[in-house]
Formats: sequence, C-alpha cells, structure tokens
Amino acid sequence: MNNNTLEKKSLGASFKRFIFNNKVILLFVLLSIACIAISGSSVSYIAGEVISRFARNTCIVLALIIPCMAGLGMNFGIVVGAIAAQISIFWIVHWGFTGITGFLLCVLMSTPLAIFFGWLLGKLFNKTKGAEMIAGLVLGFFAAGLYRLFVLYIMGGVIPYNSPYLLDRGFGLRNAFDLTGNIKYAVDDISLLTTISVLAVLLFVSTVIVALHDKKQGNAIDTKKVLGKLVAAIVLLAVGLVGKSVPMLDQLFGQKRLITYDAVFFGSIIYLVYLALMLVLKRKEPKKLVASAVLAVVLLASCFVPAVKTVYLGTRIPAMAFALIAFFAAFNNWLVNTRLGQNMRTVGQSRAVATSAGIDVNKTRIIATCISTVLAAWGQLIFLQNLGTFNTVQQQDNVGLYAVAAILVGGANVQKATNKQAIIGVILFHTLFVVAPLAATKLVGDSAVSEYIRMFFSYGVIAVSLAMHAWKTSGKKKA
Amino acid sequence: MTKEKFKKALDVIGLPRLIVCSFFFAIVITAAVSGIDVASYFSSTLKYWGMWAIIVLAMIPSIKCGIGPNFGVSLGIVCGLLGSLLAIELNIGASVDAVLPGFGPWAAILFAMVFAGVSSWFVGVGYGKILNLVKGSEMTVTTYIGYSAIYLMCIVWFRAPFRSGEIIWPVIGAGVRNSVSMESSFGSLFNDFLGFSIGGIYIPTGILLVMILACLCVHLYFRTKTGIAITAAGSNPTFARASGINVDKMRVKGIAISTMLGALGIVVYTQGFGYLQAYTAPLQMGFVCVASVLIGGATTTKASIAHVLIGTFIYQGLIIFTPPVSNHLLAGTDISDTMRQIIQNGVILYALTQTKGGSD
Repeated sequence: MNNNTLEKKSLGASFKRFIFNNKVILLFVLLSIACIAISGSSVSYIAGEVISRFARNTCIVLALIIPCMAGLGMNFGIVVGAIAAQISIFWIVHWGFTGITGFLLCVLMSTPLAIFFGWLLGKLFNKTKGAEMIAGLVLGFFAAGLYRLFVLYIMGGVIPYNSPYLLDRGFGLRNAFDLTGNIKYAVDDISLLTTISVLAVLLFVSTVIVALHDKKQGNAIDTKKVLGKLVAAIVLLAVGLVGKSVPMLDQLFGQKRLITYDAVFFGSIIYLVYLALMLVLKRKEPKKLVASAVLAVVLLASCFVPAVKTVYLGTRIPAMAFALIAFFAAFNNWLVNTRLGQNMRTVGQSRAVATSAGIDVNKTRIIATCISTVLAAWGQLIFLQNLGTFNTVQQQDNVGLYAVAAILVGGANVQKATNKQAIIGVILFHTLFVVAPLAATKLVGDSAVSEYIRMFFSYGVIAVSLAMHAWKTSGKKKA
Repeated sequence: MTKEKFKKALDVIGLPRLIVCSFFFAIVITAAVSGIDVASYFSSTLKYWGMWAIIVLAMIPSIKCGIGPNFGVSLGIVCGLLGSLLAIELNIGASVDAVLPGFGPWAAILFAMVFAGVSSWFVGVGYGKILNLVKGSEMTVTTYIGYSAIYLMCIVWFRAPFRSGEIIWPVIGAGVRNSVSMESSFGSLFNDFLGFSIGGIYIPTGILLVMILACLCVHLYFRTKTGIAITAAGSNPTFARASGINVDKMRVKGIAISTMLGALGIVVYTQGFGYLQAYTAPLQMGFVCVASVLIGGATTTKASIAHVLIGTFIYQGLIIFTPPVSNHLLAGTDISDTMRQIIQNGVILYALTQTKGGSD
C-alpha cells in the first residue's frame, strides 16, 4: 500500500517533470490541435503542406546546430548564407543553366561565397563575444541592406546583367524572381530510384577514398568492412538501375514524388526485414530491437486504417529532399565525433579551458560559423527550388527568425541543440504555420491576423527561451 | 606624432561615426550645390528632430542604469499609442472644446500623455524585473521582447473594441485602422505652436520647446538623489551596492523611466506626424533610437543628453536629405531607405564590437 502510493507519487513527479521539460513542445501541440479543430480543413491537405514545408525548411534549421555546439548560441547570422545562395541563383539562371545542372552549379558558386561571408561573420562574432546573438541579428539587417544595395543598384548598374528580370530603368532587379523552367523542383523531382543510385555511387567513391587515404597513412584497414561497404554500394546501384527498367518498380518508386503510402508501407517492411537480419546475425541486443520493431509494426498497421490510409495516399514525399535532410543530420553527427567537433564542444563549454588545452578558440569559432553559413546557403537553395519564386530583395529577411524559432520549439536551448530537436521543431512550428491562418480565417474572417499570430509566436518563443536561458545561467553564476 | 594623434582622435570618434557625419555634411553640401530647396528640407529636419528627440531620450536612463540601449522601447511605444487612441475614442478634444474653446487639443494630448505615462510606468516596472533576471543578455532579450510586444499588440489592434468612427475599420466596426488621422484631436499641436519663419526656414518653436523641456527634465532628474543612485548602480554595481544602493531597484527605475519616455515620445511623435500608425510601423523604432544615440557619440555603457540631441539631428537630417539628393544624382531613384538600413545597423554593429561583452 505504502509502496504503491510512493510509486504513484514518483510517477506523478516524473509526469510533471516530463510536462515541464517539454512545455514548449506541448504548448505548440495543443495550439496546433486547437487550430486544426477550428479550421475544419482536411488532414490530408494539412499533412501535405507540412510535408512540403518540412522538406524545404529543415536543412536551414540543421545549419544552426554546429555554431550552437561551439558556444555561439543561436546563429541569427545564417541570413548571410541565404544571401550567398540568392546571389548565386541570379547568376546561374542568368547564364542559362537549368534543372539539376543549374542547381549543382548554384551549390558550387554559393559555397565559396558562403565561406567568405561566414569568415567575416566569424570575425564579427569573435569581436562580440558574449553578445553573438544580438550581433548576428543586427548583422542580418546590415547584410540585408548591403544586399539590397547590390540587387537594386549595382546589378545592371555597375555589373552588366542583361536579363528580363532587370527593371525598365536599366539597373536593379524586379521584385520577384521566377525559377519556373530553370531550377524549380530540380531536387524535389528526383525519384527515389535515382536517389538510391546517387547514394550508392557516393558511398562507393567515399569508401574507396577513405581506404586509399588510410593506406597512404599506413593505418590498418578493416578489409571486411570496406568490402562490405563496396558490396552494399554495388547492390544499391543495381537496385536503382534495375528498378528503372522494371515497369512495376518504376511505377512505384521511379516517379518524381513518392506517394507517402508506398513510402510508409514498403519502408516499414524493409525496416522489419533489416531488424530481423540484425536479430539473426546477433549484431544488436534483442532488447534494443523491440522498440524499433514495435514502431515499424505500428507504422505498417497504420497503412490499413482507412482514415490514415487516405492521408497517406493523398500526400507525396520528395525523396531526394528527405535524403538531403538525412545527409545534413548525418553530417552534424559525424562532425561531433571528429577532432574538430570535439574542439568545438570544448570551446563551447569553456573558452578558458579550450585555450589552456591549446585549442585556437577564435579559429574554431570561425570554422563553426563558416560551416553553418555554407549549410544555410545550401539549405536556402533547397528551400528556393521548392518555392519556385522568390522576393529578390526580402526573401532572406526572416530566414534566421523562423529557423531559430523552429529549433527552439523543438526543445533546444541556446547551449544545446540536436538534430532531433530541429526535426521535431520544424514539424511543430510549420504545422502551426499552416493551420493558424486557416483557423484565423474561420474565427475572424480575415487571414491578416494570422500573420501577426505567427510573428508573435516566432518572436515570443525566442524571447521566452532566451530569457529562461539567461535566467538559469545568471542564477548559476550567483550560486 | 601627428599620425598618432590622428589615430587617437579616430579611436575616440569612431570610424563609422566619422563616416556618417562626413556623409551627412557631404549630402547637405551636395544638396546646396545642386540647387535643391535646402531651407524647406532643413525645416523638416528641425521638425523631425523635435518629434524623435524624446523617444531617443529613452535610451539615456536605460544606458545609465546599466542595462544598455533599450531595444525594447516598443513596450513604451504601444502604451503611448494606446493613450493617443483612447484620447480619440473618448472624444476628449471635442468635449473640452465645448466648455473651454481652444483648449480641446491641449486636453486631449494631456490625457494621452498622462495615460501613456502611468500605464508605461507599470509596464516598465514589470519589464525591469524581467531584465533583472537576465543580467548580461539584456540587449538580446530586450530586442525580442520588443518585437513580440509589437506583434501581440497587432493582434489586439486588429479587433480591439473601439467605437469611434475615426479609429475603427469602416466595414467591420471595430479594430484600429492602419493609419488614424489625428486632425480632430491633437495633430500638429506642438508643431504649429508659436511657429515662425526666418529666411524660408520654418522654426517649429512648440516642438523644440517640448524637446528642450524634456531634456531639461531628464537632466534635472539625474541630478536628484535617485538619479545619481541610478547612475552609480549602472556605472559600478559593486561599488554602488557597497554604498547601500539597491542596484536591482535602481535598474527597474531606470528601465521604467526609459519605457515612460518612449510612451511620451510616441505621443509627441504622433502629434507631429499627423497620423497614428499602430501595427508594425513602430517595429524598427527601437533600432532607430539606438542608432541615433550611438551616432551622437554614446556607447552601450555611456550616454548623455548631448549625444541624443546631436545623434537625432544627424540621423533625421540624413533621412530627410538623402531622398532629394539621390533623386537628383541618380535620376529618379530613391536610395535613401537602403542607405538608412546600412547606416543604422552598421552603427549599432560597430558599437557592439566596441563593447567588451564577454568575460575574456
């Protein structure tokens, strides 16, 4: 009896702790549910919107994780990365490149630009230690001013630029830049089979390079592992190529977008097979597999629930965009375990300790900022190819705001942010972005108010999160 | 030797400030040379100088009490807007005019100011208490609190239960319009008071008097015992604490006065502008104020009334003189807003790099 109440109490306490730790997430979940209920629009529509927003926004948000690890806080300066992406688009489109070639050239051109901008940003952050966030924010406005000068006066005015996008006065770009027919959907339209083939080639090349590098360095090579990877790459490539020539597979997986139903159905089956293999090969402990197996079974079962099935059938997934999100997340994970990543962590925890350990603090911070800026530039390219048209002057303005607000909604704070938080945050934040206007239109009869609600939430989340964080740290200092 | 001296002087003035000032004089000279009506633009500079001075003055108490430039002056601004709107809603101008002809606008602006002052004091005290919890990150937190306050009030303005026909959306019958005319209440009251022209330059005596009066009040306040205690708490908290000053309380007082000045300032601004703009119009006002006081020579830890007056004059002068000059030089192009964005944020950035925010 006594034991029982104790257990109940601890259960209550842990429940309370769960609520407290996830209060921002829960608040947004409740708000989204309320908005969905009020708006009365179909779940398929909302799910479709959220999937496409997730596909285009997540990469930029993932760019925030590395500077956070290096102790720079939320990097509002990713705006300069977005600017680098937009500048490269102006030129690549002007030179007449289209499709995936155009997109890759944009990536190629924006990277050095972003590294340069990131280097400047890192220099600034090193001069404003302790005030990086406000410095990043103001720098965003400042850079936007310079960018505006460039777009409205220098392009066509100083630098020759002949294109229909030029204003009639002879210099300066028009307000909207249309990507239809050049790089719109360049990434989104890549089918799953092509994605698999590309991944296979990348895996093959990277494995060979790593093996050769190890051999040159005289390191021991795990031949079994390397061979395994090469075989896996070849098998994947075969799947990709053979799939293209089999009409049924091509119909399922070779299309521009993947139907969510197929993705969930086959995905969970493949995952179950993988788990079974692991069980047979005894690679992992059976206990650890249970949770994953249950998840896969639940997903599989959900395909047979009529209401869910409708949603699954009504929505589509851009395979390559999702693969890129996975790639960004994997990159973040990989970097943490490298020496550079470890240095960044040390710098983030204590600059004094890092200095005494012989780490060049300023250089590490600059590298972290550069990486973040480059990822942000790529993220903005992925964003824009999905959007299809963008505002030449103002498109970058809210990039930092929305990205930071999203990751904070996911439960991150100024000192610690993870891939998981970024992903959860993007889903929640953008669900509210989709449903708030619908609900506002139903309630007030005017969707203008929803814009205010969105902005209030974005800024409010950041204000509260920063204040909570500062409160905690100043409390620690006192104690 | 002279080179060293020059370098030292540059360090004191600061490169961006030097650039902004020379830019300003270059623009004014270009305007004069290219036959632009300098007198009329100078008149509007004087007018906007008076209109902005009080909001910019709000930076003084917050910098003096140790919080730094108050990016969140928007909290005061929304209180001031609410006061002005209530003065119209309650029709104070017309009802007082019926009893005491000619005093209507004065009563209206007095009501707006009293309401703005009192409400913003309470808001400011709460705001100050929050800022006491976040010592060291005040600038970031004030910026975001300011922004979210503006958007929260946007939601409120949108459907606030006003009844006055001058405020509400015509079709809906509630809410606040994008711009509300101040003509019937206290529009241009100070601007036109005792104004006169000399050699083509219109001197808005009333607004300049209000500006001087406000500066004098702030100056005198910082001469009182409380004022000195606030300054002490800001410049050296440890020493202040040792001499028995309650630092946290002084910081709250400082930020409350700052918020109050913001509220009174927007009432004066609205009176001069002739239209009340709620919604997102005040969003960047905090940045404008911070940039103005920094151009005038303040840093994030030191500011004086002279900095406010000089900085506001130069900033407003730049904004008013750039459009005609750029229009003249670049054949019908208005580059001024872009220039404003670059200068305003460049100056703030420079000030941030000069502050040793971090501990090492």
